[in-house]
Amino acid sequence: MDSHTVAAQTAETAHAEHEHPAFLRHHFESVEQQRESATFGMWLFLLTEIMFFGGLFCAYLIFRNWYYPAFVAGSHSLHLWAGTLNTTLLIISSFTMAMAVHASETRVRKALIGWMIATIILGSGFLCVKAYEWHDEWVEHHVPGLNFSPQGFLHGTKDYPDDKLSLDMAEKTQVYFSLYFAMTGMHALHMIIGVSLLTILLIQAWGGKYVEGHVAPIENFGLYWHFVDIVWIFLFPLLYLIRRHQ
Amino acid sequence: MSTILTLPDQATARLPKVSYLNKEYGLKSWLLTGDHKRIAMLYFISITFFFFIGGAMAGLIRLELLTPPSDLLAADTYNKVFTAHGIIMVFLFLVPSVPATIGNFLIPIMVGAKDLAFPKINLLSWYLYVAAGTMMISVLAFGGVDTGWTFTTPLSTHYLNTHVISAGIAVFIAGFSSIFTGLNFIVTIHRMRAPGMTWFRLPLFVWSHYAASILMVLGTPVLAITLVLVILERTIGIGVFDPTKGGDPLLFQHLFWFYSHPAVYIMILPGMGVISEVISTFSRKRVFGYTAVAFSSVAIAVFGFFVWAHHMFIMGISNYSALVFSLLTMLVAVPSAIKIFNWSATLYKGSITFETPMLYAFGFIGLFTIGGLTGVFLGSMGMDIHLTETYFIVAHFHFVMVGGMLMAYLSGVHFWWPKITGRMYPEGVSKLAAVITFVGFVLTFFPQFILGYLGMPRRYAAYPPEFQVLNVFSSAGASVLGVGYLLPLLYLTWSLKYGKIAGANPWQATGLEWQIQSPPLTENFVDTPIVTHEAYDYEWLESKKGSEVPTVG
Amino acid sequence: MHFISPVLWQFLIKWLTYFAIFPPEASSIAPYADALYFFLIAISVVGLGAVALLVVTFSIRYRQEANPTPTPIEGSTLLEATWTIIPLILFMICFVWGALLYFRIYSPPTNAMNIYVVGKQWMWKVEHPGGQHEINALHIPINKPIQITLISQDVFHSFSIPAFRVKREAIPGRYNTEWFEATKVGTYHLFCTQYCGTLHSQMIGEVVAMTPEDYEAWAAASTSGNSLAQNGERLFASLGCSSCHNSGPNAHGPNLANVYGSHLQLKNGSFVTVDDAFLRDTILNPTMHEVAGYAPIMPTYQGQVSEEGLIDLVEYMRQLNSQYRIDQTIDNSAAQSIQTGATPPGTSAPALAPGAVKP
Repeated sequence: MDSHTVAAQTAETAHAEHEHPAFLRHHFESVEQQRESATFGMWLFLLTEIMFFGGLFCAYLIFRNWYYPAFVAGSHSLHLWAGTLNTTLLIISSFTMAMAVHASETRVRKALIGWMIATIILGSGFLCVKAYEWHDEWVEHHVPGLNFSPQGFLHGTKDYPDDKLSLDMAEKTQVYFSLYFAMTGMHALHMIIGVSLLTILLIQAWGGKYVEGHVAPIENFGLYWHFVDIVWIFLFPLLYLIRRHQ
Repeated sequence: MSTILTLPDQATARLPKVSYLNKEYGLKSWLLTGDHKRIAMLYFISITFFFFIGGAMAGLIRLELLTPPSDLLAADTYNKVFTAHGIIMVFLFLVPSVPATIGNFLIPIMVGAKDLAFPKINLLSWYLYVAAGTMMISVLAFGGVDTGWTFTTPLSTHYLNTHVISAGIAVFIAGFSSIFTGLNFIVTIHRMRAPGMTWFRLPLFVWSHYAASILMVLGTPVLAITLVLVILERTIGIGVFDPTKGGDPLLFQHLFWFYSHPAVYIMILPGMGVISEVISTFSRKRVFGYTAVAFSSVAIAVFGFFVWAHHMFIMGISNYSALVFSLLTMLVAVPSAIKIFNWSATLYKGSITFETPMLYAFGFIGLFTIGGLTGVFLGSMGMDIHLTETYFIVAHFHFVMVGGMLMAYLSGVHFWWPKITGRMYPEGVSKLAAVITFVGFVLTFFPQFILGYLGMPRRYAAYPPEFQVLNVFSSAGASVLGVGYLLPLLYLTWSLKYGKIAGANPWQATGLEWQIQSPPLTENFVDTPIVTHEAYDYEWLESKKGSEVPTVG
Repeated sequence: MHFISPVLWQFLIKWLTYFAIFPPEASSIAPYADALYFFLIAISVVGLGAVALLVVTFSIRYRQEANPTPTPIEGSTLLEATWTIIPLILFMICFVWGALLYFRIYSPPTNAMNIYVVGKQWMWKVEHPGGQHEINALHIPINKPIQITLISQDVFHSFSIPAFRVKREAIPGRYNTEWFEATKVGTYHLFCTQYCGTLHSQMIGEVVAMTPEDYEAWAAASTSGNSLAQNGERLFASLGCSSCHNSGPNAHGPNLANVYGSHLQLKNGSFVTVDDAFLRDTILNPTMHEVAGYAPIMPTYQGQVSEEGLIDLVEYMRQLNSQYRIDQTIDNSAAQSIQTGATPPGTSAPALAPGAVKP
């Protein structure tokens, strides 16, 4: 463990002469300490998010192991183009977010605002595609509990004629879709929160913040955004790409 | 009886002119505060409120159980009452009790910082707690929930028509309150220690909160997702826990207990931190085996993650996995034993006085030892078959939680009361309350061990007549216990106005919190302290007394 | 208990049960459970005593009046090691002993008499193989190992007989088993110990342990006429099972003679021992248990058979130890369908490669 100490002298002089940036909170001794604490806090929070999604991944592992044919058929019924598009949108949005952090560090206001807007647009695009997909599942009677019917899985499809399941295994696709909606739903919720927070940060950046040296909020939000992206990168193959090689 | 209490001359003593209590006035200055001490006080008031509601539920339970038939409460009502007791006591009292009140107040001061790392998140944490509590009260007002605090599926998902979803949301929100508190502590302890405050100079109180915070941060999210899945299953009808849809109810058990076992260590570790401070102060010496006690806290946290299925020994898990969990359960018992022996050894060649915090600490040592040892009974898998789901379990967890944790909480409240309020509590009546609590506790819960071995099941509103005598003993004890808990409510409130002025260090204790005024300034320290000595350095304290250095601030 | 004087043991147990602070020891495993309990109490008393001794003597000897100057002591690695290792050893003994007891309680002997129990809100339904049905009661003979096959129809329940020191969870969707051998004639409590809703505390009953002769008399007087296996046979025919599961050359499904207890090879190459749980799950989820050599055309019966019906079918297959018995079933069902004028149930299936079953 490191014994992270701060030179008392720096703290005293800075405090005595009030020569610190406006964004330094008074319970911190220095900007460095504040920045490091904020980043540490965000990483810890992301660790809690890993544990949060972990429960869902655990359930997924177990049920995929038990009901593999149902998971295969369920996965094949998803629109690969939609998932791929979403993955692309998110990866690009992580790039734009990283560029926004860079703009904040290099103190270029126009760039910061531009990259943030781009990220919001890409994130919103993701959510639109997801909404379309969910609507489609509703139409196809794949929503567990509400209007689920295994009928569609009793015969194979054009692309996957081997996806024909017997009735008891077709019933198990409901478990697959339960996990699909829970996992993509949780992820979408985090995306919505992310886009909302980013909008708030954008408004603040418009007002002049985050280009005077106070990079931490943009940086830490970037961490959150990248994390949500990584969760999707796990969800995509697990949900969409089960035995797609034909 | 001799005492180490050293108070300033009451004729001339005054509370400090400026402190965190009177720095600003007005409701807004409290409700929008960032000061960790004020937030601790907000927590203190709300936690006490919920404790007494949970206690009232307990009173109803014990009243009902005076007689074999379910005559006082209808079966449904009884089920709602014990559910409320469990949810309120676990999530709204035990989990936040020491960390959110005493921990919030003291952690920044003990590490030498001006506040926690994230004051706004600290305040958010309190608001989430209040929201969760309000939601829970409204659940009770609107008819209650009767799942038991364990929300067992498929009962909770498909077979009840009470307010399961609202209760689940309330617990979910309380969970995030806990996560944010833990997150704050970890970052503060890592990043905001004063110059010279190395890890091994930290008070053991900080170590135990660090360990508990790791559990809070890593374990609570799993409870959160589990509750989300239960709520989705109840609203939409997804079937991950429903065997008729291909799901598995045992999956819920695994996910639920993955959090709820570490939760018990979240509850007890901060209490153990309090005991370390109290025992060392009232023996006037350093805790025996500081390093062992510090590491044992972390060991409990780590091992605590790997024992959850000992709550599931009879549920049909494979015999071999049960073997692994039983072995690990035995291993997690060892660090707690180490602590008990270390505390006992601290008394050796000490100079011991018996003020109220010390009485509560002794109560803790005795009752927690019994509670912990009965945990070994339950970890022994063949014995667990007979004992599980009976009153033996109820007795076991009340011994560790009430006889252990609650006693530690009261010990800490009394110990730091002068620091928090600037005034002393009345020693005579507080000692009486401690003894009453101890007697009431043993009378309430010891008979339950016997009832458990006899086979009396948990959560029974009615029971066979031959169990009545022991139940009557237990209920009688509960009334004594109730008196023991009401007394502090009364005399502590009284002391706010009429208690003796305490001064900065009435206990002549070491630790940064005792070097500042009582009550402390909002910014805790005027100048950042520079730490040059080890924790519990009573020799340094003695040498300091010789040259009366004015206390910092 | 063989290594403690039996006289002393009997005296202790009698004294404890007389004062109603101890349940009766009414099963073969109870004395073993109690022995472990007394050991655990002993080490707890020793442990608590040691701590209490230390705390009390130090408090008196080193109180402030007696010892005004404390002596700072950092620690002692030797002491730390001592009070780490000794508790660890004691806890390991508890672990091993508990593990042995656990395996003993949850490993039924092969000659155990099987009784089925279905838990439902808020009653226990007990079914003896001979067709005797009980609600909230269990009549058993003493000195005979009894296996309970347990399942729930709705939520979690727990089947607990304190006098026998056994308990097992009744879970919806899967069988759990426990076993015991009653040693003393008498009536004992039966409890549901897993909270299951409103009338959880009413889900109690009686276990009546009787001499074997009394049990025979009771069984003869309480039978409803058909044994579980006979009910199962009826279901087997009415659900159309025999149309695939027969001994004909073009049978679509494996022959079920002697299937109980046999080793089957599944499609994925693994082997499985056929027991109650396997049979129940195959009826409900046939695709999960595709047997090597057969096409996966068995339909699911989820929703068409109750838990009692599944028990009947399982019991029928348990006793299906000869081809003659199967032929009897087919004859019986054919006779029935001739009487009703219906055609025997059959399926139209695609051409298959017939495979041999490996018993």
